[in-house]
Amino acid sequence: MPRLEEHCWRRSCTSRVESKNYYRENWVASKAEEMMSIITSVLSNVYGSLHSVQTANLIRRGLVLFTVGVFLALVLNLLQVQRNVTLFPEEVMATLFSSAWWIPPCCGTAAAVVGLLYPCIDSHLGEPHKFKREWASVMRCIAVFVGINHASAKLDFANNVQLSLTLAALSLGLWWTFDRSRSGFGLGIGTAFLATVITQLLVYNGVYQYTYPDFLYVRSWLPCIFFSGGVTAGNIGRQLAMVSPVLGFREFEMAEILS
Amino acid sequence: MTVRERLREKISAAFYRHGLLCASYPVPIILFTSASILACCYPLLRLPLPGTGPVEFTTRVRDYTVPSHEPQGDLGERPDWYRGPPVAYIQQVLVKAAVSPWDSTLVPVDVFRSPLGRVFSLLEEIRNHVHNDGSGVRSLEALCLQVTDLLPGLRRMQTVLPEHGCLLVSPGNYWQNQRELFDSDPDLLKTVHQHEPKGLHTSATLRDLLFGVPVKHTGVSLYSRKRVVTYTITMVLGSYDARFLSSLRARLRQLHPSVNCSLREDHMVHVHFKEEIGMAELIPLVTTYIILFAYIYFSTRKIDMVKSKWGLALAAVVTVLSSLLMSVGLCTLFGLTPTLNGGEIFPYLVVVIGLENVLVLTKSVVSTPVDLEVKLRIAQGLSNESWSIMKNMATELCIILIGYFTLVPAIQEFCLFAVVGLVSDFFLQMFFFTTVLSIDIRRMELADLNRRLPAEAGMPPPKPGPLRPREAPPPPRPSPYTITLQTPAFRNLRLPKRLRVVYFLARTRLAQRFIMVGTVIWIGILAYTDPAGLRTYLAAQVSEQSPLGEGGAGGLPPHLGVASVFPGPGGDPASTLSVLPAPAEPTPLPENQSQGHHGAPREGVPHQAQAPPLVPQISWGAEDEEGWRRLSFRHWPSLFSYYNITLAKRYISILPVIPVTLHLSPREAIETRHPQDTRHPPPPSLKTNDLPADLTLYKVAALGLAAGVLLVLLLFCLYRVLCPRNYGQNGVAHGRRRRGDLPCDDYGYSPPISEISPLLLRGHSMDIECLASDGMLLASCCLAGQIRVWDAQTGDCLTVIPKHGLRRSSSSGCWEQRDGGRVFDEDEGYPLRRRTTPRPALFEDQPDLTPLIDTNFDSQPPSHLLLTPPRDGFDFGGLVERAYLEHEPPSPGLTASYPSPSPPSGPPPQRRRSLGYIQPPVPQGQGTPDWESAVWAMELRGNLIAAGRSSGKLELWDAVEGSLRCSNEDGVSGITALAFLNNRIVAARLDGSLDFFTVDINKPLGLLQYRGDNIPPSPCYSSEDVISCQLTRSVQCAHQKPITVLNTHTHTYQVSQCGGQDGAICLWDVLTGSRVSHVYGHRGDVTSLVCTTSCVISSGLDDLICIWDRSTGIKLYSIQQEVGCGASLGVISESLLVTGGQGCVSFWDLNFGDLLQTVYLGQSSDGQGVRQLVVLNNAAIVCDFGSELSLVYVPSVLEKLD
Repeated sequence: MPRLEEHCWRRSCTSRVESKNYYRENWVASKAEEMMSIITSVLSNVYGSLHSVQTANLIRRGLVLFTVGVFLALVLNLLQVQRNVTLFPEEVMATLFSSAWWIPPCCGTAAAVVGLLYPCIDSHLGEPHKFKREWASVMRCIAVFVGINHASAKLDFANNVQLSLTLAALSLGLWWTFDRSRSGFGLGIGTAFLATVITQLLVYNGVYQYTYPDFLYVRSWLPCIFFSGGVTAGNIGRQLAMVSPVLGFREFEMAEILS
Repeated sequence: MTVRERLREKISAAFYRHGLLCASYPVPIILFTSASILACCYPLLRLPLPGTGPVEFTTRVRDYTVPSHEPQGDLGERPDWYRGPPVAYIQQVLVKAAVSPWDSTLVPVDVFRSPLGRVFSLLEEIRNHVHNDGSGVRSLEALCLQVTDLLPGLRRMQTVLPEHGCLLVSPGNYWQNQRELFDSDPDLLKTVHQHEPKGLHTSATLRDLLFGVPVKHTGVSLYSRKRVVTYTITMVLGSYDARFLSSLRARLRQLHPSVNCSLREDHMVHVHFKEEIGMAELIPLVTTYIILFAYIYFSTRKIDMVKSKWGLALAAVVTVLSSLLMSVGLCTLFGLTPTLNGGEIFPYLVVVIGLENVLVLTKSVVSTPVDLEVKLRIAQGLSNESWSIMKNMATELCIILIGYFTLVPAIQEFCLFAVVGLVSDFFLQMFFFTTVLSIDIRRMELADLNRRLPAEAGMPPPKPGPLRPREAPPPPRPSPYTITLQTPAFRNLRLPKRLRVVYFLARTRLAQRFIMVGTVIWIGILAYTDPAGLRTYLAAQVSEQSPLGEGGAGGLPPHLGVASVFPGPGGDPASTLSVLPAPAEPTPLPENQSQGHHGAPREGVPHQAQAPPLVPQISWGAEDEEGWRRLSFRHWPSLFSYYNITLAKRYISILPVIPVTLHLSPREAIETRHPQDTRHPPPPSLKTNDLPADLTLYKVAALGLAAGVLLVLLLFCLYRVLCPRNYGQNGVAHGRRRRGDLPCDDYGYSPPISEISPLLLRGHSMDIECLASDGMLLASCCLAGQIRVWDAQTGDCLTVIPKHGLRRSSSSGCWEQRDGGRVFDEDEGYPLRRRTTPRPALFEDQPDLTPLIDTNFDSQPPSHLLLTPPRDGFDFGGLVERAYLEHEPPSPGLTASYPSPSPPSGPPPQRRRSLGYIQPPVPQGQGTPDWESAVWAMELRGNLIAAGRSSGKLELWDAVEGSLRCSNEDGVSGITALAFLNNRIVAARLDGSLDFFTVDINKPLGLLQYRGDNIPPSPCYSSEDVISCQLTRSVQCAHQKPITVLNTHTHTYQVSQCGGQDGAICLWDVLTGSRVSHVYGHRGDVTSLVCTTSCVISSGLDDLICIWDRSTGIKLYSIQQEVGCGASLGVISESLLVTGGQGCVSFWDLNFGDLLQTVYLGQSSDGQGVRQLVVLNNAAIVCDFGSELSLVYVPSVLEKLD
């Protein structure tokens, strides 16, 4: 059965590759150019903002996002751990904080990067995200994200394909419900892909391992989780970028001092 | 008409009717809804309460068979978890052993050493027991639960707990079940204690596990009261074999008969364990709940513009919660039993169902026109949102249906709940929430009515007279309507959000309430789950004091028994000393023989005489029957969890105990003694004896109390630090964001737009130039120079003061009276004018300016001012041409003389004081020298109209009679702005100077009289009064460029502000005439300026509205308006700003800079901009539209904003 699946997968892949072969070079070139221009503009923007009052604002947002990311990583890790170990509070806490201490900071950093990237890309594409821009919606998004994790950790699925499909549908639903922007989708896909590759590399090199790997050393639902995580972080980042003061830093500082 | 549209119309109509129904019969509908909620929740009563406590089910031993997996038809009272074989059967052998008779030669250790030693022989017996019948040979090895490794984290228990074999637990495990180790152990208690964890532990400890009875009841202690040692040998069996067990029971009973044992042996108890909630599960759970509460908070925060925000928020939450309960209830009613953990999926269900519809409904209803009836408003609001609500609901149902086809049972169940929850939520929204909303709206209307009534009774409001003694500062003007936002103390500050949160916490005493609620919940949880064994403790206390559980058979009362158990302090050394001779007489004494003769006289304690060293009596009571009940309910889960076997959602069967009674002779006790046993310290006194038993409880209590006190102190300190007592008093407020440029604010809510038809005041023939009001009267002056006085309440034209010398002009249409005002023609108007002081020559304007500039040279550095005159006042050539090009003349009669700006038809430049306005004197001076100068500024106070003319003349007119009362010609530069301040007039001139005039009347009594009684139209001074106006002080060159606006405010400081063409805003002290502060904020002219008690609002040609803090001069925030807007400003209340736009007026919340509402004035918004805007007392706004005045009553708008 797996062989059959693999076969199908390979065939479809090759046919798609063939059909796209003609366009690919041009497309890749144009896309690469686009990406490069975006990257350079982003970099220049970052460089310019380093000297402006926006930096403090940026750092604040980044910090908030980092905290959220660390917290969510801890909690969700706990959810995953819980599936295997049942009744040992002390032991669980010990393993949680000892085994891979670097995971929460990594998640936090990733959340900060993604959350800052989203509004940035929005502003560069010139299409500000207006869909459901409110904190209640953000909270809803976070809750759904935790729920997806919960489902992946707690529910008993018949097989891994079912699990992955369900989670993929849920993540897409998350994106459609709370984001609905092309840039968000693209960035989410990018995040998922990159994060999965990094995880794959880590696991392959033995830095980290999964208890029940089902697809080339890792869990196959991982991309879905990363995708929805990216969308969630982007949602928070956009909201933060919107709320954060347009006023200059000095006024803010003054308000801080005076209050 | 497509199907979609028809459907939409149908839905809308249905919702409309439904809204009418809900608003008409609120009480019956609410009753009906509550009844249906209760009815749907009724099946919930049958559900077990959620919790972690284990559930028991008792069956008879005799006809016990392992329950099958399949649910049978005749379940009866059998619980649904009682299916399939249990995880394990637990057979306990309860051993009670005592050294009897007790000998005074025995040392305390003897109480338990030899009884414990017998465990090894018992174990041997049990292990070796073989039941042999026809079917084969069975031993414990075959039946018991085989366990493997301990969990990796439990290495320290490896020596104690069995591994790789039968799970057979007894105190012998301490010594690896080897008698030799036991015998060579010098200190048994130390061995037992060394495995105890440090610190306080409320759950099952190793000691509990091995002894199988609570620590208190083991009797393994030096201070044992009864000298009876109790322990169990616990066998965990993997499979049930009745015959083997009964033969084992018989064998043990035969070996160690229990004489007075009457334990029931016919019942086995099945204990089902719920899912254990540990730390690891609690953290995600708490996180989801925190997210849920944040969601609810952020959602309900959006409920606005209603009477009771909290009430509606509560209703919204109640709607969602009861819809969930209803869904669970309905599902159980139709046979679906929830298998999911309710607490876990609950937040997700709430999030899926959401509060959005409720909020949308509220928004929609409150934004309907307020002058409608409540019923109609509800109906309209409902029907407006009907389509989107239905669409949303259909989408959600679709998504959930898709989820249903994932065919994962858990997801399917979740989806089922969600679907039912959604439907019931819709039902509740439609019936419950809508009705509550209608009640709320009705309450609001009633409140408005109540509030408006006295105001209308007292109408018209008292007018502050212009002439008032300086010593008496005017009291704050009572306004007939007050726009109070809900918490003015906090909302009038534009605080940082962080502080607002803290203030919110402080205001609602949230911290204290949380602590209180938390404590209550904590206590509840403690009582419910009983982790500290409180219940067992209490049960033990009760059983100890009850005669049933009293072991002392000597018939002694309990308190005497207690006293007698422990030898007095005096007797202890003796008893230890007498150890040596004791072995010499090992003959056991007869049981009933009293041994007290030796001890009692020696000790000299009267009690001891009746309390001989007891024969420890072994009794079996009802509490021994199910001794495991006294253990912590985590006892079994923790035992199994050591081997990574979870009992969560599974059950174990506990078989009836096998009682074993051991009586040991003192000789045996002495023989098994270890040499070191006698070295034990003597048992301490009674008082200290009691201590260790209860020490744990005291420790817990003390630590808990200390922690609580510490927490309270900490929170108190935090509270103090964060919330000083004078919060809200600080006048300095700072904004952090500018929201004006957003189409919608960050709640995703775009402010409503409505339309009202204003009362049009027609009469002017040309564009209105100046507008002034004092609440009662309204004076307007058009470009033609005609001043009209209107009644601000009714809109009637009261007086017309024609332009002087107009009779010479050929404009005939000017004097048509289109409303019912008094008609003045030139003949009437002219004599009035003639009574006044003779006017100066009309041509003086131009020549006189130069000397004024010359005088300015004296007082100012000449180098600076050399440049200003040509730039400001006299280089008119190009400007005039431009003005001519820009503005086409409105009427042929005036073309020659007036370069009239902004004809009503063309798109006006929206700049009231553009340079084009400054030039009228030039053509006047050049072309028609005999004409009057134009009125550039006007102010109305009492019944005095102050008019500033381009000639620099200040005139005071009687507003009612239309007569000129006084004029002052001290200045020659044109007056561009005027402001009244009590009895002072501040005039700003074209050359940037500021003059302070004092108005004196010779009869101040009139003012007092006016203040006394409330006859509205009574003039402050009669026409006989002589009014004089003199220049008291002049500030030259206040601004670099002409002053364009001037405003005064008398609330706290006597300060006037003025803004000039140089974009500067200066604050002046009226009394001293000195400048308080000046700020630069605008690129270009300042066109309008208003102020409240705390801030100054300015707008400029750059379409920017700046809000400044008044005392410090710091810009709080600014609002960027659309191009061409914002030339006119008005403040309705402390927090409500109104600005004029293209055919509309916009209302802003001053505290937050939010656009609240935009009101279009009539259909004909053909690009006419509102250039002047005056707010009257009775919540009316007067604004000009070309030659017309619009009187807009906006109470409806304002109540909305309330």
